[in-house]
Amino acid sequence: MSIDATKKALFNFAIKHADDRLILGHRLAEWCSTAPILEEDIAMSNIALDLLGQSVLFLKYAAELENSNRTEDDLAYLRTEKEFRNALLCEQNTDDFAYAIARQFFFDVYDYFLMEALSKSTDEQIRGIAEKSVKEAKYHLRHSSEWMLRLGDGTEESHKRIAEAVEFLWMYTGELCETDADDELLKSEGIIPDLSGLKAKWYESVSQLLAKATLEVPSIDLFMQSGGRKGYHTENLGHILSDMQYLRRLYPDAKW
Amino acid sequence: MRNGNIMSVAAITKDEILEILQEVKDPEIPAVSVIEMGMVREVIVSDTQVKIVITPTYSGCPAMGWIHNEIKKVLESEGISNLIIKTRLSPAWTTDWMSDETKLKLKESGIAPPQNKTYEFESSDLFNIIKVPMAIICPFCDSDDTKIISEFGSTACKSLHYCNSCLQGFDHFKCH
Repeated sequence: MSIDATKKALFNFAIKHADDRLILGHRLAEWCSTAPILEEDIAMSNIALDLLGQSVLFLKYAAELENSNRTEDDLAYLRTEKEFRNALLCEQNTDDFAYAIARQFFFDVYDYFLMEALSKSTDEQIRGIAEKSVKEAKYHLRHSSEWMLRLGDGTEESHKRIAEAVEFLWMYTGELCETDADDELLKSEGIIPDLSGLKAKWYESVSQLLAKATLEVPSIDLFMQSGGRKGYHTENLGHILSDMQYLRRLYPDAKW
Repeated sequence: MRNGNIMSVAAITKDEILEILQEVKDPEIPAVSVIEMGMVREVIVSDTQVKIVITPTYSGCPAMGWIHNEIKKVLESEGISNLIIKTRLSPAWTTDWMSDETKLKLKESGIAPPQNKTYEFESSDLFNIIKVPMAIICPFCDSDDTKIISEFGSTACKSLHYCNSCLQGFDHFKCH
């Protein structure tokens, strides 16, 4: 395989993992000052900050691989909807705390096992980002798991709301552990490990926790939405981008 | 400027640079310097330039940009202009790189130092992964009768705890 093809695959790989974090981080930041309690407000903003930081690292690496004049900021602020590669789950909108927690929990389980696997990458940048992120992901996972248990095994109302959230968001979870041609290429070059086992690990952990939270465990074989990794998004992403990119596009050279 | 002279790069030693960098403190934890935090991984002095390799503490740490600029500013004020600051991500920074002396400084400034051994890939069992770590010892009265208030505190690197013995809330520098 030519170096260019490998670089291109690494670029795509960095972009999709950057986009998951950028978009979900943005969604989490929306809870700043509106979470149910102050500690939660801080927790969600902190997790948003971690995800945003990880996104910056991935985007910086993508910019370096591309070796053009684009910076990490250009990649974040000047790409269009179809150029974003985040999983659909990350962009789902909600003003219900239970939905935000379910969305986060599904992502956190995936994120933890993904980053654990990538800390064995032979690519120094990917490995470095993953070694750092897996520790952060552990805190995130503990946070969202505890909330899943508290809400699921809590009051009648909290149980109802979190059960609805799980049921609604389930169709967006299948995409998380999908692997694509770039993953295959990078695996065959020995750059990243085999990620095909992620799905089983994800489902096992999610099932265990849902059961403990007295929630129904949906089947993994239900119909799943997909398309985010190819640039086909739900209408939510456009709204996020118009919000996130507005200032940068209106005042292109603005500085703090 | 040292002795009022601009030093040529060749005239400065690695030890002198490390000493100068003791002046650069973490803005969120002013008790400790970037050297004590273990963020400076390498200092290479050649005839023509100084190269410094730093490893970020947390992915989203908002202080990183500030620290980067501060290192530059402090060294430039010492006359070192041909400076390259590189960021190295792997191996990832860990609280294990803090010395016992640094941990004591944290404690003295009211922050419980990282006390658990850092992360290892111990298990793929979810309940093991999310197990709450042991109680953190209160930096004020050394009691272990404390409880966690929130794993996410005032900055990315700290969690929030409460001491049942001396009834004080305190920060803990998270193990990473």
